Amino acid sequence: MPIVTDSQRSATRTQVRQAITQQNRHLPSIALSVTLLIAVTFTLLTLFSLLARIVTQAIPAFSERGVSFLSGTIGSEPDKVGIWPGLFGSFSIGIGVLLIAVPLGIGAAIYLEEYAEQNRLNRFVVVNIRNLAGVPAVIYGVLGLIIFVGWLKPVTNGGTVVAAALTLAILVLPVVIITSMEAIRAVPMGLRDAGYGVGASRWEVTRDHVVPYAMPGILTGTVLALARALGEAAPLIMIGAITGLLPETSLSGKFTAIPMLIYSWSGRPDSSGGNIGWSNAAAGAGLVLLALVLVFNIIGIFLRNHFEAKRVGT
Amino acid sequence: MNGLLAVADLSGDPRRRAHDRRMQRLLGSSAFITIIISALILFVLARGSIDFLKSIGWDLGVLRDSSKAPGWFPRRERFDLITIVMGSVLMGSIAMLVAVPLGLGTAVYLSEFAPTRVRKILKPIVEVLAGIPSVIVGYFALKFIAPNIVDPIFSPDQSRNMVVAGLAIGVLVIPIMASISEDALRAVPSSLREASYGIGARKSTTTIRIVLPAAVSGIVAAFIIAVSRAIGETMVAAMAGGRDGSGPRVLDPLEPGLTMTAAMTNAAGGTDQVNSGAPFQVLFFVGLLLFMMTMGLNVIGDRFVQRVRQQY
Repeated sequence: MPIVTDSQRSATRTQVRQAITQQNRHLPSIALSVTLLIAVTFTLLTLFSLLARIVTQAIPAFSERGVSFLSGTIGSEPDKVGIWPGLFGSFSIGIGVLLIAVPLGIGAAIYLEEYAEQNRLNRFVVVNIRNLAGVPAVIYGVLGLIIFVGWLKPVTNGGTVVAAALTLAILVLPVVIITSMEAIRAVPMGLRDAGYGVGASRWEVTRDHVVPYAMPGILTGTVLALARALGEAAPLIMIGAITGLLPETSLSGKFTAIPMLIYSWSGRPDSSGGNIGWSNAAAGAGLVLLALVLVFNIIGIFLRNHFEAKRVGT
Repeated sequence: MNGLLAVADLSGDPRRRAHDRRMQRLLGSSAFITIIISALILFVLARGSIDFLKSIGWDLGVLRDSSKAPGWFPRRERFDLITIVMGSVLMGSIAMLVAVPLGLGTAVYLSEFAPTRVRKILKPIVEVLAGIPSVIVGYFALKFIAPNIVDPIFSPDQSRNMVVAGLAIGVLVIPIMASISEDALRAVPSSLREASYGIGARKSTTTIRIVLPAAVSGIVAAFIIAVSRAIGETMVAAMAGGRDGSGPRVLDPLEPGLTMTAAMTNAAGGTDQVNSGAPFQVLFFVGLLLFMMTMGLNVIGDRFVQRVRQQY
């Protein structure tokens, strides 16, 4: 009499096969997978309904107005407004960020990664930069209001696009520094050692080897910082961006920016009987902002690939 | 010269060394600018707060409105701090109710379950979500979440309320929650998973009993940093939260409310606000409070992130 009967043996074999090929139904496993898939689906659904809402609402603004929606000026009638003052403000802010935050940020990152000794002061600088990266945007707005609109009035002429660019440059500076530091840290030590070995000074090694090698990472950080600066509105409210009437755009007068237009226009009621309501105008401006942010990301990816190809080639 | 090298010969060209030192000073000064920025933020907020306290005569009782209908009405010199702090806390909590399940679920899926091909597509999509400006999420809150989700389900009195703003802030912090927790999950060594599979554990058991506990400090960090971001979020709270200073003491999230951040934009960007006096200066006081709250959260969150790095 065998200890295990044939029927028992076959049952065990089936169970084992099912267990190995994962054909068995285990309720908690299924529950976990389903929960995770629901979470992912909801996240994706949110993103797509957001994009869809902006695009569908923006279509009337562009189909009815065409180029005049881009070149027109802001005003009080939703079917006549254009976003030119916003484009001018956002471009000026972008240029200001490139001119101020990028060189400062890369310089600081080089110092902290290549020159700075491991001492208390330098560790404090790094911790401080991490903390600055987490300070809410609206607080940078307060800083801009007092320093750039108030104290530096002779330079900025008050609440102008120059003050806005300076404020946003300071806001994104920590982002530029942190991403550049990470890129520089990833440069292999052998590259530096080889440079020092043939007698190069620290600056020569940094300029000719470390920075070019780290360039893809630095550029990615720069582009992310630029995209963030273009999308911020809270600091601009604080330093007094205009949303009503702005007949002329200049560096020394009142200003606005695309996110400010979206903020202001989406709060206005859609009561008029025209084809384009305020929500269409706001969505149109939103689509332009999204496109700008996306274009910067694509430029960043393109540059990164370009540099990476070059690096492999040499 | 007799052909032997002296120490001076090895030290290199003095001009090149001088140039190197000049560059070091230049680069160093750009690093120390960040310290100056922090000092200026603190100085500006502290000086403004002192001005505010002076103009209310150091009477801290003003900050706790004890009238029958308490609220945040700066122009009537009524600064009920509880109103705006509760506004931030309520909207932040609603945001976390959205962001924790969706963000953490996405992170666990990306790190543990997604095939490489799916992950390669999904991760950039989450990054796109992270790059969407908050004004656009604010627009989405006003024109989609309010009319299509909150109004039909809860039928609130006003379509701009704390639930709408909270849900939208949640959308905004999903990517933060997802990316920091995903980093933590991926930092768990695969040897732990393999050991678990080796003794016959299922994938679900391994994920819940091994991977998640091992990554818990990173997930806590993600939560804390996400809370800090939710409390500091301005645009969505100002656009969709209702900006009503009489709300949150009621503790009904379907009422319009005012966050600390929205109170600050109100003080600075009010239509005909004069840039002086207590109604304006209060923005520095609120700013200082917000600064300390987010800074505290970030420091604690950073500690947890460091702990993940040290562990593995």
